[in-house]
Amino acid sequence: MTLNILHLYPKEMNLYGDHGNVLALKRRCEWRGIDTKVYAYEPGDEIPDDIDIIFGGGGQDSGQSKIEEDLMKIAPKLKAMVEDGMPTLVICGVYQLFGKYFHTHEDKMIDGIDVMNLYTEAGPTRLIGNITIESPQFGEIVGYENHSGLTYIENKDAAFGKVVVGAGNNGTDGTEGMIYKNCIGTYLHGPILPKNPKVADYIIEKAIERKTGEKANLAPLDDTIEERAHKVSASRPR
Amino acid sequence: MKALSILLGKSVKKIAQLKGSNGSALPGLLVEKTDRDFVRKVLKNLPYGVVVVSGTNGKTTTTKIITELLEKQGLKVFTNKTGSNFVRGVISAILDSISFTGKFDYDIAVLELDEAYSVKFCEVADVDYALLLNVQRDQLDRFGEIDYTAELLQKLASHVKKTVVLNREDPRVSKIEAKNKSFFGLSEKMMSFFPSDDCLLSKEDFRVSTTKAKVIFESLEGREAEYSMDGQKCSCHLTLKGNYNAYNAAGALALCLEILPDVPFEKLVGDLANIKSAFGRGEDFVINGKNVELLLVKNPSAFQLSLTSFADDDYDYMICINDNDADGRDVSWLWNVDFDCLREVKYVSGIRAADMALRLKYDGVKVGVIEENLEKALNGFTSEGDKPKRIFSTYTSMLELRKIILGKSLI
Repeated sequence: MTLNILHLYPKEMNLYGDHGNVLALKRRCEWRGIDTKVYAYEPGDEIPDDIDIIFGGGGQDSGQSKIEEDLMKIAPKLKAMVEDGMPTLVICGVYQLFGKYFHTHEDKMIDGIDVMNLYTEAGPTRLIGNITIESPQFGEIVGYENHSGLTYIENKDAAFGKVVVGAGNNGTDGTEGMIYKNCIGTYLHGPILPKNPKVADYIIEKAIERKTGEKANLAPLDDTIEERAHKVSASRPR
Repeated sequence: MKALSILLGKSVKKIAQLKGSNGSALPGLLVEKTDRDFVRKVLKNLPYGVVVVSGTNGKTTTTKIITELLEKQGLKVFTNKTGSNFVRGVISAILDSISFTGKFDYDIAVLELDEAYSVKFCEVADVDYALLLNVQRDQLDRFGEIDYTAELLQKLASHVKKTVVLNREDPRVSKIEAKNKSFFGLSEKMMSFFPSDDCLLSKEDFRVSTTKAKVIFESLEGREAEYSMDGQKCSCHLTLKGNYNAYNAAGALALCLEILPDVPFEKLVGDLANIKSAFGRGEDFVINGKNVELLLVKNPSAFQLSLTSFADDDYDYMICINDNDADGRDVSWLWNVDFDCLREVKYVSGIRAADMALRLKYDGVKVGVIEENLEKALNGFTSEGDKPKRIFSTYTSMLELRKIILGKSLI
């Protein structure tokens, strides 16, 4: 079996090592004998029909402004895919644009593609540092956040996790990220998947189930190093 | 006021030193608070003015290259050698070098300042020349974003009275505006050795420049480096290691030509030969009878360039990653570096040793021992095998390693 991963805007949105998430998905598939193919989607490209996983990472503000227009063009297709249960991971900049809008410091309203019920307001300071959250589904999740946008999710029960250390969506309501169907949106860099292999395996599992229509039984992997790195991350000061 | 500042500053500095601290910040702070114009007053009498070197990577070694090149031309150069690249550090260095009567016997000041402090420095002193090396992904948790860093350099450039020397091949640096600009650049041949930050991932080279550069880094065969100025080619045998140091030397040459336009290019290139890298930037040690080379890596682009220059099977490798404030708390940058060129890393160490091991695992690089404790790791690493050793290390782990190696504190 081959899982096809759509990597949204790898060139414009490639900050903070987020492409390590794609590498994590790839390797964790390969180690189980599952082939992967990564489509690097650039503005103007066609989205292939046989996609199994969508990934979009964080970027500079300048990178974000470069993709806005194109993202609008592919919005209907992305929205339909997420509605259909496509396993999706979007981080920071792309997470914000998956919401309704981003109201910037310059009082500009950037339209989001409205896949997730959330909106983002420019904040007074950057929220920067190590972050630990507790997810009902995945347990403790560690990462690194660096954003000035404050994101508000309409339904707080849909949060990806509760903030234990750090700021999360907006630094005030204790939520971090959001899950809608099989789409996870989050501010966590780090990158998130290598140090939180449960999340990586969840995405792979959902992709296999969606593709085959059968329950996936992923072979266990030796995650000793993953767990050690996770533990060290959780112990570091903000 | 100035006389009082000197007396005050020097006295506090002495006391701080007697107490065993290197005493860089406190006396600087004191003078900064009591005499706002201290730096301007001291530096304005320098006949050749003030040079600021800034950018993400290579500041320390490039500042050292410029200083030594100018010294070889007979100038007395004041520089902030301790690596205190902030305003107080400069004041502290001045206090060390100025006499109680206010005699500051130098021809020129060459100062290394990081991007944010270079802007602050412009508020307290006049800057005549600036050399801007690059804007790469560094401690983004400090500056926020790479475009913001470029804006800081633009602010510095706007304050420069004479000439700003710019790296033509860095897209964010080359578009910086200034009254007078001079460029240094790469020959087409050397381009492929310097993937720009924006194409580190895609590996494609989209840089095509039509801007004329004063000095071009033409080639490097082994240690034989060739530079050209307006088509005139000169070469020398470099002591400096690595492509990136050899390239930054081109920036240093372009800057020196602005300051001393009458010195023959040939002479300047020849004078490059014996200049060594700054500490931790390719320093050699002998430990347990093995040759050990210590290489500083601070960010993805520097690490990638270092791997391009220094990864081969004749060496054993150790990588040390700390995440203290001076290293940057965020270690996700390790995922922006390709480690495929390494077959095996014998030891990973430092606070984030496990993160490094994890990174290598996902690139299919074999990892020997994960040992957070630097001293234990260093002992283990240098006791095994006959090959010479190379250690890649972030800033604070490098300081710690040097301390272990030399048995004394340097900072």
